[in-house]
Amino acid sequence: MSRITGGQIDRSKTLRFSFDGVAYAGHPGDTLASALLANGVRLMGRSFKYHRPRGVISAGSEEPNAIVELRSGARQEPNTRATVIELFDGLQAQSQNRWPSLKFDALAINDRLSPFFAAGFYYKTFMWPAAFWEKLYEPIIRRAAGLGSLSKQDDPDDYDKGFLHCDLLIIGAGPAGLSAALTAGRAGARVILADEDFRMGGRLNAETLEVGGGSGADWAAKAVLELAAMPNVRLMTRTTVIGAFDHGIYGAVERVSDHLAQPLPGKPRQILWRIYAARSILAAGAIERPIAFENNDRPGIMLAGALRAYANRWGVAVGDRVAVFTNNDDGLRTVADLKAKGLDVTLIDARQGDEVIDSAGRLGLKSITVRRGNGRTETLAVSALGVSGGWNPNLNIASNHRGRPVWSESLAAFLPPEGAIAGLSCAGAAAGAMSTHGALTTGADQAVQALASLGLTASTDLPQAEDAPVNLKAHWYVHSGKGRAWIDQQNDVTVKDVKLAKQENFVSVEHLKRYTTLGMATDQGKTGNILGLAVMAELTGKTIPETGTTIYRPPYTPVAMGVLGGRARGEDFKPTRHTPSHKWATEQGAVFVEVGYWLRTQWLPRAGETTWRQSVDREVLQTRKSVGICDVTTLGKIDIQGTDAGAFLDKVYANTFSTLGIGKTRYGLMLREDGMVMDDGTTARMGQNEYVMTTTTANAVPVFRHLEYCRQVLWPDMDVQLISTTEAWAQYSVAGPNARKLLEKLVDQDISDAAFPYMACGNITVKGTRARLFRISFSGELAYEIAVPTRYGDAMIRALVEAGRDFDAVVYGTEALGVMRVEKGHVAGNELNGQSSALNMGLGKMVSKKKDAIGMVLSQREGMVQPNGYRLVGVKPVDPAKALTAGAHFLAKGAEAVAVNDGGWLTSVVYSPHLGHSIGLGYLKGGDTRKGERLRVVNLLANTDVEVEIVSPHFFDPEGERLRG
Amino acid sequence: MIINHPLLGPRDSQEFVYLGDAALIRRPDGMADGALDKFIDYTYLRDNPAGQHRELWYHEQGDRSWLVVTRNTVSHEITAVELARDVARTEGRSK
Amino acid sequence: MANALKALTPLGHDAPVSETIGPVTITENVGVALASLASRLGREAEVATVAQAAGIPLPGPGRAETASYGAIWLGPEQWMIEAPFETHEDIVAVLKPLFGEAASITEQTDAWVRFDLTATDLPALFERLCGHDLRRNGTGSATRTVIEHLGCYVVRRAENQVSVIGPRSSARSLHHALITAAKSAF
Repeated sequence: MSRITGGQIDRSKTLRFSFDGVAYAGHPGDTLASALLANGVRLMGRSFKYHRPRGVISAGSEEPNAIVELRSGARQEPNTRATVIELFDGLQAQSQNRWPSLKFDALAINDRLSPFFAAGFYYKTFMWPAAFWEKLYEPIIRRAAGLGSLSKQDDPDDYDKGFLHCDLLIIGAGPAGLSAALTAGRAGARVILADEDFRMGGRLNAETLEVGGGSGADWAAKAVLELAAMPNVRLMTRTTVIGAFDHGIYGAVERVSDHLAQPLPGKPRQILWRIYAARSILAAGAIERPIAFENNDRPGIMLAGALRAYANRWGVAVGDRVAVFTNNDDGLRTVADLKAKGLDVTLIDARQGDEVIDSAGRLGLKSITVRRGNGRTETLAVSALGVSGGWNPNLNIASNHRGRPVWSESLAAFLPPEGAIAGLSCAGAAAGAMSTHGALTTGADQAVQALASLGLTASTDLPQAEDAPVNLKAHWYVHSGKGRAWIDQQNDVTVKDVKLAKQENFVSVEHLKRYTTLGMATDQGKTGNILGLAVMAELTGKTIPETGTTIYRPPYTPVAMGVLGGRARGEDFKPTRHTPSHKWATEQGAVFVEVGYWLRTQWLPRAGETTWRQSVDREVLQTRKSVGICDVTTLGKIDIQGTDAGAFLDKVYANTFSTLGIGKTRYGLMLREDGMVMDDGTTARMGQNEYVMTTTTANAVPVFRHLEYCRQVLWPDMDVQLISTTEAWAQYSVAGPNARKLLEKLVDQDISDAAFPYMACGNITVKGTRARLFRISFSGELAYEIAVPTRYGDAMIRALVEAGRDFDAVVYGTEALGVMRVEKGHVAGNELNGQSSALNMGLGKMVSKKKDAIGMVLSQREGMVQPNGYRLVGVKPVDPAKALTAGAHFLAKGAEAVAVNDGGWLTSVVYSPHLGHSIGLGYLKGGDTRKGERLRVVNLLANTDVEVEIVSPHFFDPEGERLRG
Repeated sequence: MIINHPLLGPRDSQEFVYLGDAALIRRPDGMADGALDKFIDYTYLRDNPAGQHRELWYHEQGDRSWLVVTRNTVSHEITAVELARDVARTEGRSK
Repeated sequence: MANALKALTPLGHDAPVSETIGPVTITENVGVALASLASRLGREAEVATVAQAAGIPLPGPGRAETASYGAIWLGPEQWMIEAPFETHEDIVAVLKPLFGEAASITEQTDAWVRFDLTATDLPALFERLCGHDLRRNGTGSATRTVIEHLGCYVVRRAENQVSVIGPRSSARSLHHALITAAKSAF
């Protein structure tokens, strides 16, 4: 076992790598699998369930066995297939699922206990008692069975996402894909040619077949050169198309840096591409399948095509004495190629009645037992066996939209369903054209047809190539012996397991899969699935097409979670929205809170304050005593103009706006069509045909969407135009008895109560800068909101703070804002919960029945207007020392805490520094008639039970004298 | 999915927000007799076809047009895309 | 009118930021005043006439144009008008007298952050940012699309120049996305 001549590796350079701590050397062009084989390493892993010694069986991404942990530290990646890991200098890999070592694995005892571990073992054994599952059974099973382990550290690499567009996406760059790309590229179409391999050419790199009179690999290399020179063609190596989505959208993962020790600075490890393709061709080739026989899973037994690929492409002889077990002519190519390399090769041709019936060799193949057609058995000492049961068209992606594969009797394989994915056609071996000539021809033809459907003309110019038939006689497994014959090597599924599934009546392919785990895990049964179906078909006396096949979902091969996330991790998980006062607030040491994407000031601690309550209490008391400033920019602002703007507002608000005077502001209540409250806010009339609506912070986007819906879909002839101005204006609330005095120091106009009364609005200037002023109040104080263009927002907060020095002004955050609104009895997010009506909120009279506003009709439904329905109430503890908790439910004194006694719940709770105790708002059944009643509020989660008195929700200045001051 | 916007051409559905059945265009008159029953029907009763469905989509991350998209709910094939305002006018909506 | 209040750029600095990464230069542009202009219903022709006389182009869907003013199509019968900030800080006060009650005009200058990007191969950058295909959309194309969750206008000013106009409050997130993509792509 060693290097032999030839191959597409660069022997002038040596790459050092290690496997299980042992140092080896390989060359550029090697995969980890080829380099290990070249170093005589056949044993690469232990199987999932029985911990059987396993080696590589394929030379591609379909590999079920040779899966390893790659790299170390935070970059350790489990379950990577040695067959597709491109060798780089310093590569470290470890085998998986073994302890203490790969050669001596303690859990190999499972193999001896195999009678107990048959299909369905876990379901049958660990059934009772149920409580044992989580604590006992599952941890044990997880430790014993399984694949690689995670580093449990943060992934240090970056991932990108991107978007590509093309006329024609070609999936796979073998002879069919290259032929299609040349045809389309020469015709001037925008082409993307993607291949998961790092070298384009597909099987041409693994064969000695001629194309155009030269070697196939040389033809492929020339084709790639020609394509690379075309500006309309994008060649994407190391790129796996992982799935077909709706309307010509394909997902693809490009491994930008996986062939390097680590990514270059600033570069991603991988990119998830979203490819928009007008047309696409699936030219993903075919995947060889084994024939099952007893002990067919020893290291050294592999697919015949893989054995040939290692010899031809990588210059590796897996063994010097080799046998080939085949049921088709392709196996004969392996025999011929290996003989040409000087190896001793024995042919076992199933078509002649010859079969391999057993093998021997604990950690690697030493011999096979062959039963000849004449019944004579013999033992052959071989260290490598190539098996070919035929080739399955790699139709995976073609069934992503649930198209059912179609059985081909001549290939004894499923073909891709035609037309199952709009715009996608198949070519080459993926379409069942198994010869090189067939691949070249169908690739070119499909490209011509795809381009024709786009109105482009292309012509074909094909090289000469072999067109040999397959000559296959279906043969799925060897009927002999009592030992186990493996079908799905990754999941340790044997012929016996399929028989057991049949015996227990799990005969449909979907049940078979779930019961035996056939076709699950990282390889998704790419090599072995068909064997399981064939065995089940035989057992049930049906044909394979009658038995059917499972179909495939994306992704085609395993995808790292990181690349699905792309850049969206850590603080880049979502955009951050900064308020205009953010820079100033940061300088002040503000505590911020996330409100959607916004960061808002929650409170501003001062020196000496050790708890948030100290800061918030101070902010509230000082605002009510003198004046406070708050950044309210995050509230949505929508500019509404047009001759029908007033009439439009009458439609979307429950109350009336068309009568609002110019220069006036009004509180508005917006309902959904089902009568529940959608949002609230103030709307100001800035001119005859000009209003400015404010929304809650959370609903800025939904309300804008709703208004566009109303104006385009419901009332298309209303003259109304909308645009958001949320971010255009920096807006500050200035509230408290000294609010006017503070603003008078900055505003150039007369804002006395006579000139600018309660609910007035208008355009003003602040020391010459354009601004807007609204005399509205959320806190219950004499209050204004003042807005300047956002670029001046930073200067404005500084100017307000400076002007406020004479009054000991405070800047307050969202907590103090919340305290003051509860003290004042204003509803906010907790009350606007999407399940509450205006009547629930004590705002029932705002709903005008004189006009057809959205939600009016259904707000009057019987169920919505019951006298004993929920009504907003104020709540205070009878013992002022007791704290309330939001979410607690109202219960009568002495009533048991069960649902039938539930009287409603506390929606919002704050500590009122003004009153010196906890206060709350809540929805109480019939609450409008129950003031003065004593109830309990019970929170079973917080384990609290507090006696409370029902009071008016207006704890503070109920007559509103302060805000009119 | 890709929605072929009548003004802007093919656009990725990730730019859109889905609302639902385009029957929402036919909002009853809230001031008419029997409005309550009509609104209950309008608000709560929907057909749920396996097949062709006319539905409202909003190009929120684009030009903010509301569209009526005719889509097959089984195959996702989209056979028509119209501006909802045009459809609404055709169906007699005004102001 | 003199401003006593000092302006900050969207990125929070006194002066605009410019950064060059490989072949791409990303520059914060604060020199343009913006206003949305929407025709009132039934007055579209009047708006077109006034606009033409004033040198305000009204490009079609997916397009941007420049005459005396610049303009970007926003939606049906709605455009974003661009003018030098120096001379048009109160841009509504300039436009309103021209259109009177034929159009709805709203100041938008500070609702947005504008980054101007110059590079020889901008499509290679934008394919990592958004689904808008710059290889098919040349000079004069303009569309709103999504970049890292943010609704942004992508305006192709010239073969080698694109403006990204995004929500101002997310200026830092958007800038970070542009810089990161540039480092990744080039």
